Amino acid sequence: MNYFPDEVIEHVFDFVTSHKDRNAISLVCKSWYKIERYSRQKVFIGNCYAINPERLLRRFPCLKSLTLKGKPHFADFNLVPHEWGGFVLPWIEALARSRVGLEELRLKRMVVTDESLELLSRSFVNFKSLVLVSCEGFTTDGLASIAANCRHLRDLDLQENEIDDHRGQWLSCFPDTCTTLVTLNFACLEGETNLVALERLVARSPNLKSLKLNRAVPLDALARLMVCAPQIVDLGVGSYENDPDSESYMKLKAAVKKCTSLRSLSGFLEAAPHCLSAFHPICHNLTSLNLSYAAEIHGSHLIKLIQHCKKLQRLWILDSIGDKGLEVVASTCKELQELRVFPSDLLGGGNTAVTEEGLVAISAGCPKLHSILYFCQQMTNAALVTVAKNCPNFIRFRLCILEPNKPDHVTSQPLDEGFGAIVKACKSLRRLSLSGLLTDQVFLYIGMYANQLEMLSIAFAGDTDKGMLYVLNGCKKMKKLEIRDSPFGDTALLADVSKYETMRSLWMSSCEVTLSGCKKLAQKAPWLNVEIINENDNNRMEENGHEGRQKVDKLYLYRTVVGTRMDAPPFVWIL
Amino acid sequence: MSTEEELQSNVSVASSSPTSNCISRNTLGGLKEHNYLGLSDCSSVGSSTLSPLAEDDKATISLKATELTLGLPGSQSPARDTELNLLSPAKLDEKPFFPLLPSKDEICSSSQKNNASGNKRGFSDTMDQFAEAKSSVYTEKNWMFPEAAATQSLTKKDVPQNIPKGQSSTTNNSSSPPAAKAQIVGWPPVRSYRKNTLATTCKNSDEVDGRPGFGALFVKVSMDGAPYLRKVDLRSYTNYGELSSALEKMFTTFTLGQCGSNGAAGKDMLSETKLKDLLNGKDYVLTYEDKDGDWMLVGDVPWEMFIDVCKKLKIMKGCDAIGLAAAPRAMEKSKMRA
Repeated sequence: MNYFPDEVIEHVFDFVTSHKDRNAISLVCKSWYKIERYSRQKVFIGNCYAINPERLLRRFPCLKSLTLKGKPHFADFNLVPHEWGGFVLPWIEALARSRVGLEELRLKRMVVTDESLELLSRSFVNFKSLVLVSCEGFTTDGLASIAANCRHLRDLDLQENEIDDHRGQWLSCFPDTCTTLVTLNFACLEGETNLVALERLVARSPNLKSLKLNRAVPLDALARLMVCAPQIVDLGVGSYENDPDSESYMKLKAAVKKCTSLRSLSGFLEAAPHCLSAFHPICHNLTSLNLSYAAEIHGSHLIKLIQHCKKLQRLWILDSIGDKGLEVVASTCKELQELRVFPSDLLGGGNTAVTEEGLVAISAGCPKLHSILYFCQQMTNAALVTVAKNCPNFIRFRLCILEPNKPDHVTSQPLDEGFGAIVKACKSLRRLSLSGLLTDQVFLYIGMYANQLEMLSIAFAGDTDKGMLYVLNGCKKMKKLEIRDSPFGDTALLADVSKYETMRSLWMSSCEVTLSGCKKLAQKAPWLNVEIINENDNNRMEENGHEGRQKVDKLYLYRTVVGTRMDAPPFVWIL
Repeated sequence: MSTEEELQSNVSVASSSPTSNCISRNTLGGLKEHNYLGLSDCSSVGSSTLSPLAEDDKATISLKATELTLGLPGSQSPARDTELNLLSPAKLDEKPFFPLLPSKDEICSSSQKNNASGNKRGFSDTMDQFAEAKSSVYTEKNWMFPEAAATQSLTKKDVPQNIPKGQSSTTNNSSSPPAAKAQIVGWPPVRSYRKNTLATTCKNSDEVDGRPGFGALFVKVSMDGAPYLRKVDLRSYTNYGELSSALEKMFTTFTLGQCGSNGAAGKDMLSETKLKDLLNGKDYVLTYEDKDGDWMLVGDVPWEMFIDVCKKLKIMKGCDAIGLAAAPRAMEKSKMRA
């Protein structure tokens, strides 16, 4: 098998970077497994409870970069109680003890404490990159330790975290010798920012490419920052003053013009719409635009900006853009690959929103579109069929019709046929989110056609266990299945227990599964952690009599090689 | 007998093909109004209204059964072995709708954590629950649209799905008053970070400054002597006249109180005109605080300009308003701004 010495093979493996490929390599033979594991530098763990740090380190002693995901996806929507788990501290402690040369840590939906950040900052001399997405549990004090102790910090990227802002001076904790920053993203911080410290930091960071500011950085500071960092590629604007005086505005305009490398724009948390025109000169270079937090930029200003963005590949906006606005996008942004349209009015009332027309327009105008997340008020089968015809290349298709169970608003039919057309046409579809009125039929289509589907999100859909069975039997590559408020029960759950070994996780909430069904499953599959999350009525499940037939509120099961976790809170039962 | 009906209902709503959808719709089509109205009628009456229902097509009855059995999945038997159970079992239970009262009770207790009495919770309440089940975007009004809503409600897939599922999704929240547009937990699926950020942005823009464009423009309105403030959306009016009548309506109670204590004419004698006099005439003046923090008399500048600069409103007693900016200064200010 091995015609070459190990070093040569290892060198070849260095060119293989995708996790899937490296995992495949490691399965070829024992010697490749061995070579691969010693040479693996980046490890991705999709469920932090599937494995533990000790085993991780035993297998990959040379790891430099670790990605960990904690809570299930539906935790984003408040369906998972805060204390559920996903603590990073044990991981950092174990990594610190092992003296592995950690350089990068990327966490998603995990609980991070100041203590863990402090430990992280002190334990790894070469630590370079910290990326936290949707995490919680820490404060700016933790950030201060990172700033102070990580001598070679390159990336500090905080995306949508819940951070307790102590309004301290974490920015001034970066030593004067720190000149290596490439990414600085603190847009999610709510408090005041030390502008002086920030400006000095930016001025001494010649490699800074990505800078995302929080709400507290006003317009004139923004102009100064841009002057310090004309090499910026990715900019997150914090706030725009309400009525900037002409001098500030002119300064900003001048600064923007110099940023010829700017490719990505985001933020605008508080923005005076007419100030957007300051950015028009660089719009023709933009490949990514995220205005999904810019609640105050409406209609015409949005459109004026977008009309300049002919090279846009990624666009995140609010539905206040309207169908007409989407038509402008469709005619302007021919390179568009990813579109996300978020709902602007979450309290109900449905003012300007988007409909199926906007979606159809986009599909017709943007041939390269492969990822979409679309919140809308209404949809039709006809529109979805058209979209499928126009865009057979979808990898991610997530449609959220705001009103649960809403049928095709023209024919009053379920949307089975529309989604069916999507899965049939889009042979590379990996992620799908369903909404609207749906019967078992749509799941039959999904099972039949969605061969590459890895993640499926179901809410308020289906009629019987058959629906879930179609999916479990048909989608061979399913990794994450999450279901809420759908009538799937024990029959579907128990039909093929071995299927769950091929999946990362299954979430079912407000469905028809019962406690006895879950117990049976746990018995049949000891390599699964079957968790019942029962926040209310802690003891109800224990009452005798109807115990077995009690419906389970939230079920989360996942494969694991390390058995039951020890850090589960009292309201989580692991069967 | 109830089993028979159950089977009947199973058959009538059995197939999932579009054609039978139509069929079931059509057979029920003629009855849908009756369904809708009949059930709401019986909300408070109870079993006496059962007889007209009983005379109807069995399909109707069974459909009503499905509509009425709002019991949460947990309240019904979860036995699901038969093939006939195409609808989720929670909807087709033995206890169905005979008699209405007890089953409503059951529905009540299982569907709401804070129980309302069975009698009160009739169809109108169940309808409200349905409204609850839907996202908050969905309003009561939608129900009244005859074709779409009724058809929607009677399409067999719709009915069984909406109500129980909606309920089951609200296990840990929205035990809110039936009439409210309660939100389903975690719906729409938007990250809480995003929700909070947008909420903060909107709140800030409301309080700090009004901006041209979409959305409401709420400003506080205070009145001397009134125990609490109100808020009005300036964008919902198109001129001063509309604003002033709205304010009059809002602050009627306080004015009346004043009148009474002054020994002036009692409530009966007060008419709208008198109120107007009170507000526009000697006793009260309407003032506003502008962007610069100055208090100005309302009415001097063009309406569009006014809503652009107005931060707060105050209904002052006439005597207090002496010395406030009169017309000339107001115009001067507006010229400067223009």
